[in-house]
Amino acid sequence: MISVPQVLYITSFLLILIGLYGVLTQRNLIRIVIALNVADSGINLLLVTLGYVDGGRVPIFTPGVQGAHMVDPVPQALVLTSIVIGFGVTALMLTLVMRIFAQRGTIDASRLRGLKW
Amino acid sequence: MRKLIGLLLLGAFAFYLVSLMPSVFSPQSRDHLETVGKPIIESAEQVSGSANVVTAIVVQYRGLDTLGEVTVLFVSALGVALLASSLKDRVFRSMFADDDGGFILQTGGRILLPFIVLIGVYIVAHGHLSPGGGFPGGVLIATAIFILLLTGQVSAMPHGLLNLLETLAGLGFIGLGALGFMGDNPSFLTNVLPKGQFMTLFSAGFIPFIYAMVGIKVASELTTVVSSLTEEGDAGTPKENHR
Repeated sequence: MISVPQVLYITSFLLILIGLYGVLTQRNLIRIVIALNVADSGINLLLVTLGYVDGGRVPIFTPGVQGAHMVDPVPQALVLTSIVIGFGVTALMLTLVMRIFAQRGTIDASRLRGLKW
Repeated sequence: MRKLIGLLLLGAFAFYLVSLMPSVFSPQSRDHLETVGKPIIESAEQVSGSANVVTAIVVQYRGLDTLGEVTVLFVSALGVALLASSLKDRVFRSMFADDDGGFILQTGGRILLPFIVLIGVYIVAHGHLSPGGGFPGGVLIATAIFILLLTGQVSAMPHGLLNLLETLAGLGFIGLGALGFMGDNPSFLTNVLPKGQFMTLFSAGFIPFIYAMVGIKVASELTTVVSSLTEEGDAGTPKENHR
């Protein structure tokens, strides 16, 4: 029997690996940025899953619900930071891609010296 | 060849990931918390008065970290504005300058705009009671402004006003944090405001105010990012772009 966190762990690993594979194999710079975003969401999912508690509720106190059986709030707070930083990094990367396109006329990594491997 | 090397590297990394977490293979999961989250959940009502424990952590327990996070967002907005300033009229101009977004976006945007702003303000104001807070609320408010840009109703953002708002919000964050020096246990980002009734709108001391500052800051920074990518260059001085 597969439990909920196992499904989430496997999904997040797959997302991270798919993203990294895209970064390694894609040539289009915008696709590389998208692949990094996929890996980013995998990492966020992994962090949230680390705080999972069996049958735990969302860490918000609500009127009429007794007891404090909640999932770990610390990874969620960290993921909030991670999402915001991810947004900033993505915006900056896309601007750099735009700049590369304006200067070189291409966003194909294999035709840009210094970006191919 | 490139794909083969990529797969090999990925295989090594996958092995590393899985070996880090042996709990992936056991269907058992924890049924109670043993980490630092447990004392935080227990003390959240006492220390912060915020019903949303995640908000309590983000603003109070790790408030200094959030200040750094907002700073990172500011630096990224600055970098985008700096890098995009030289290519404003080359990449995006054709996309946005002559396009009014079509009838549906025009009319629907006009109707939805106030409601989007309202929901954004609601989410910011209820950050200590429900999921949400300054970051998602600020993004929602900025979305309303993107609609203005997409429909061509606004072609140039008031950058001076945006910068002023952003500066004031940042200063407000630091000022609210500095209020903590007035308490009987003086330190930065300590709550000295009254905590009010737990789980009601007027509670949690300075958390709603700090989240309001974060909301304003995020909204103005996002608007700056998008407008610096989409706006035309200086309208009065047509530049010679021959290279």
